[in-house]
Amino acid sequence: MQNFYAIFRKEMGHYFVSPIAYVVVGLFLILCAFFFNVYLTSAIQESMTMEIQSMRFGMPQEFDVPGQVMRAFFGVLSLFTLFFLPMLTMGVYAEERKRGTMELLMTSPITEAQIVLGKFFASLSLFAIMLLPTASYLAYMYFRSEPRPPWGMLLAGYVGVLLLGGSLLALGSFISSLTENQLIASVLTFACFLMIWVLDLGRNAEGVAGTVLQYLSVIRHYDDFTRGIIDTSGLIYYASFICLFIFLTVRSVDSMRWRRA
Amino acid sequence: MIEVQDLTKTYGPVTAVDHVSFTVNRGEILGFLGPNGAGKTTTMRMLTGYMPATSGTARIAGFDVFNDSLDVRRHIGYLPEVPPLYTDMSVETYLDFVARIKSVPPEKRAERVADALVKANIVDKRTELIKRLSRGYKQRVGLAQALVHDPDVIILDEPTVGLDPKQIIEVRNLIKGLAGSHTIILSTHILPEVSMTCDRVVIINKGKIVAVDTPQNLTAQLKGGQKIRLEVQAPQQPLQDLLTHIAGTSRVDVGTVRADGHTTATVEAAPGQDIRSQIAARIVEKGWALYELHGISLSLEDIFLELTTEDAAHSKELD
Repeated sequence: MQNFYAIFRKEMGHYFVSPIAYVVVGLFLILCAFFFNVYLTSAIQESMTMEIQSMRFGMPQEFDVPGQVMRAFFGVLSLFTLFFLPMLTMGVYAEERKRGTMELLMTSPITEAQIVLGKFFASLSLFAIMLLPTASYLAYMYFRSEPRPPWGMLLAGYVGVLLLGGSLLALGSFISSLTENQLIASVLTFACFLMIWVLDLGRNAEGVAGTVLQYLSVIRHYDDFTRGIIDTSGLIYYASFICLFIFLTVRSVDSMRWRRA
Repeated sequence: MIEVQDLTKTYGPVTAVDHVSFTVNRGEILGFLGPNGAGKTTTMRMLTGYMPATSGTARIAGFDVFNDSLDVRRHIGYLPEVPPLYTDMSVETYLDFVARIKSVPPEKRAERVADALVKANIVDKRTELIKRLSRGYKQRVGLAQALVHDPDVIILDEPTVGLDPKQIIEVRNLIKGLAGSHTIILSTHILPEVSMTCDRVVIINKGKIVAVDTPQNLTAQLKGGQKIRLEVQAPQQPLQDLLTHIAGTSRVDVGTVRADGHTTATVEAAPGQDIRSQIAARIVEKGWALYELHGISLSLEDIFLELTTEDAAHSKELD
């Protein structure tokens, strides 16, 4: 536990002394704020138009502004994770290998699992820190809405983003452990993320293939969360995804001992 | 403390370390001497558990480096060839981190870090970022890192590389000061370093051990063939004739006469003979002026070259 914490602390320190965290978090928040603003304005306008129409034609219609904004916002949030998370994970192992510090870690009395878990939870924490300010946007909307939307829906959305982010971070770390080159790591990670996204398009396919793809799709499970549904199958899906890649990373780090020339 | 038995490492068809065996006693400093690419680093990496051996075993403090790797790692401090530094940390933060992963108990951590700073003589740099330090200081931070958990065994891969002469002396004194309470293996390709710091030397070439002994014994071994340097005011040819006719000379090498009429010569004596007095007597007999006469004992450097080049010539024959 002490070793895990030592690695975790070191990684967090590393994110915040290097410009990575500031650039990634800063850009992420600017983009999130911009899109939130756009979605909110357009949703309010739409609801106004509908209200005017209902006055004219006497058909009162309900329009769920917070619900629509939230779905759109969490949608775009998932898209940003696709672009920003490779930047967080690209250096996790590649840089250690390049600097020779992997030699320090691997000759210290700590296990590979402690190294991998420490690094994973550090990147996940940074991701959570990145998301935290966006909660203030939603909180603003929440307290201004009448009637207030169910808060559980907000929570489910964030649980979903964190799980989705965690899966991508686990995959990204694994790719970083395969190479010494940060650029290769980030490009490969991005390509893999994209492929996972594209996989989602196949879920409308007929028959067994469609069903299987539907179960495998990272996005379908995420959509459930943004609708406010915390589904066990989604939780299990993400947990297995994360565990699988953490396990593979541990094996990959361990194998460095054997394949080094 | 350290027992190495037939340690071998092959990379595909290349054998980097070939059946290396040696032992190091508690408190001893063992020097690992060899040209670049001789297998020093690979041997050390196998000892530290960084990479597994292809075959053979090594035990440190009674633990097998492969099967009880974590126990072994608890007992060693290791400075790799390139100091493993997190350059965006300050010296103190870095050492604190290393103390944490080397499982130093929390209550002792501050004390151990302070101690390592003092030992490596970097107390005044402790708040500085590692990336701002010069190469010599980085090396010393690397050294502090190897000492921070007060390990029984310290393995140093070329600890004096990149240091200036004053720092080299400091580091050597530090290493000597650590002996006794710590067992040390250090590798180097700088020969005087070995004769100055080590109790015993392992000379390794092309993955094989070519000699294991104390620096003194190694020097004595080859001392048999003594070399004598002369400076005489004499013409070249007569001097050559005179020296070759002295009983016991095996090789005579006379230089050309210099502008001031002096000639220098190197004479190699057959083993076990001291012919210095004879040479002096003969020269005086001739009425030449003798300016210099001294015996050169073969340095470790000569031994090293002899052992490693002999081996090269030998393997060429085999090809």
